[in-house]
Amino acid sequence: MTSPRNTPPGNTAPGNTAGTAPAAEAGALSRRRFLGAATAAGAGLAGAGLARAEAPKPDPLITEVQDWNRYLGEGVDKRPYGTPSRFEKHVVRREVSWLTAAPESSVNFTPLHELDGIITPSGLCFERHHGGIADIDPANHRLMIHGLVDKPLVFTMEDLRRMPRQSHVHFLECAANSGMEWRGAQLNGCQFTHGMVHNLMYTGVPLKLLLAEAGLKPNAKWLMLEGADSSGMNRSLPVEKALDDVLIAFAMNGEALRPEQGYPLRAVVPGWEGNIWVKWLRRIEAGDMPWQAREETSKYTDLLADGRSRRFTFIMDAKSVVTNPSPQAPLRHKGRNVLSGLAWSGRGTIKRVDVTIDGGRNWQAARIDGPVLDKSLTRFYVDFDWAGQELLVQSRAIDSTGYVQPTKDELRKVRGVNSIYHNNGIQTWQVRPNGETENVEIG
Amino acid sequence: MSRSVDSRLRRRLSVLALTACAGLTVLSVGPLVAQSQKPVAAKPAAIAPGPHAKLGLGRPALPEEIRAWDIDVRPDGQGLPPGKGTVRQGDEIFQTQCASCHGEFGQGNARWPVLAGGQGTLKADRPEKTIGSFWSDLSTVYDYIRRAMPFGNAQSLSADEIYAVTAYLLYLNDIVKDEDFELSDKNFSSVKLPNAGAFYEDDRETSEKAFWGKEPCMTNCKAEVKVTGRAAVLDVTPDSKSAPKVD
Repeated sequence: MTSPRNTPPGNTAPGNTAGTAPAAEAGALSRRRFLGAATAAGAGLAGAGLARAEAPKPDPLITEVQDWNRYLGEGVDKRPYGTPSRFEKHVVRREVSWLTAAPESSVNFTPLHELDGIITPSGLCFERHHGGIADIDPANHRLMIHGLVDKPLVFTMEDLRRMPRQSHVHFLECAANSGMEWRGAQLNGCQFTHGMVHNLMYTGVPLKLLLAEAGLKPNAKWLMLEGADSSGMNRSLPVEKALDDVLIAFAMNGEALRPEQGYPLRAVVPGWEGNIWVKWLRRIEAGDMPWQAREETSKYTDLLADGRSRRFTFIMDAKSVVTNPSPQAPLRHKGRNVLSGLAWSGRGTIKRVDVTIDGGRNWQAARIDGPVLDKSLTRFYVDFDWAGQELLVQSRAIDSTGYVQPTKDELRKVRGVNSIYHNNGIQTWQVRPNGETENVEIG
Repeated sequence: MSRSVDSRLRRRLSVLALTACAGLTVLSVGPLVAQSQKPVAAKPAAIAPGPHAKLGLGRPALPEEIRAWDIDVRPDGQGLPPGKGTVRQGDEIFQTQCASCHGEFGQGNARWPVLAGGQGTLKADRPEKTIGSFWSDLSTVYDYIRRAMPFGNAQSLSADEIYAVTAYLLYLNDIVKDEDFELSDKNFSSVKLPNAGAFYEDDRETSEKAFWGKEPCMTNCKAEVKVTGRAAVLDVTPDSKSAPKVD
């Protein structure tokens, strides 16, 4: 919605900020408000970040020949499977050890603040296991379909790779993403508050093809999906969803699934809570009622204030987060900055994302960038000037069903603070004048 | 006569050559034969099975294979294996197999799950969700122990041992009071858990209807904004049971 600045950033002359440039008047009202004090501080912006007062010294990185410019680099065979630059070592999954009793039944977090676009690099996708990472030779993996079917079947991975396949981009969000934040601001970084999400292109066989092969009986209403790992993860899936868009995937981002993502086979259940995307999938049983497995009674049920609980809350509602700036990615420069973030909805596509920098007093629509896909992460940006004033940054997603991402208080009013899962409330970051950014709640 | 067979054969060969040219693999001879009568319509249809055709992949699952993997138990008792076990027997097994994590009485050591107690706390500020206070179906206890416990040595307990441990968990939760109580596949479904009636299907589309279809405020939405809470970073009570927890 925001038109690009009329003035090229490099040409910013004192006073010539977006709010005062006559040509920008059309969209200037909201922008001027949005940019806040930027106008007043315009004169200072041109020199921000550069010590203009001193006589400029030549940059030795330019005037002197550097090692990488003189000596040979590594040859082509050095890295048969590439890894990121050694200067990107900080871009890693991280865990919060006190969250769980054992690392084998635990979670770590995607470094959202270091990423861009919408595809999560395979090695950075958050992990959630309940019995550690199963180590399975695909030659020894079997998928069984039985129960209320005409013909119970066993498939090998070779069988599955001979079936018609599809590729789709979808987000997987843990039902507990942001769950630690129900009672208030707890963890300082969007990696920790929102990093139980990733977005990949999955390749696999539509589940409906496998079910057609076995022949679902008319009274088959539910399927039980079960993993081959030591937790034997099992969940009940309604048949309608299975016949709609569930994939049984063997590839992610163009290559085989990573072991921690279910190698060699996992369920992809678009828009639904991560727990039901059963990894190391080995068995699908058809039945006429749900199983009430541990992961859909004790866990992944949502306790409300009246002491009763919702169950089978499968869909992940519309949600968004500003990834930059955020506590792990503070603002480092006055003047031009890029605000960046992610929005997603389990009910469809993202229609709009609004962003505020004054704690929700005023909003403007962000610029959606790149593909807007069904049940997928969607990238948004706001290019803005920062004069060094305190900011209270929020984002608010609206999806194709007209659902507007609620505030945390609006959610708490309906659900209380003990429902653990499905916290899609609006996140606030406070940016201080020195650029430091903190996870806060506002009222 | 032999002439027309010849020409048909030639046509069929040309269809084959065409698909080979396109770099495609011939999956089945069936469609080719059918299409040899109508060679013009051949190309892609020549290799693609019809939309409703079965793929013919996979093989029948044998009864022994299904029995080996079909370990799930449902609330109606489907899947329960024959067997039995008493509270006393369960106590013994629990102390050797389970207590090191869950505590002698299911109270949970360190951050390991609490299995007993907490009844009446679901509306409290800090609810204690256990089998007795929260779970809806006893079948879930059997199913979960059978597939996933003990943690690190799953599927090592016998059917009778699981009945016994389940009986002991009922005892710890005051759902049965008699140490001689015996749980079996026969009486299993008659045991009801206290919180069974307190679950309902996802109703967000009605109870949270207000989140849909409103045009949100864009300008001058509020007069004043105050910071009411700050992240108490990673120093939040690391070992406390009241600290946020994922399980």
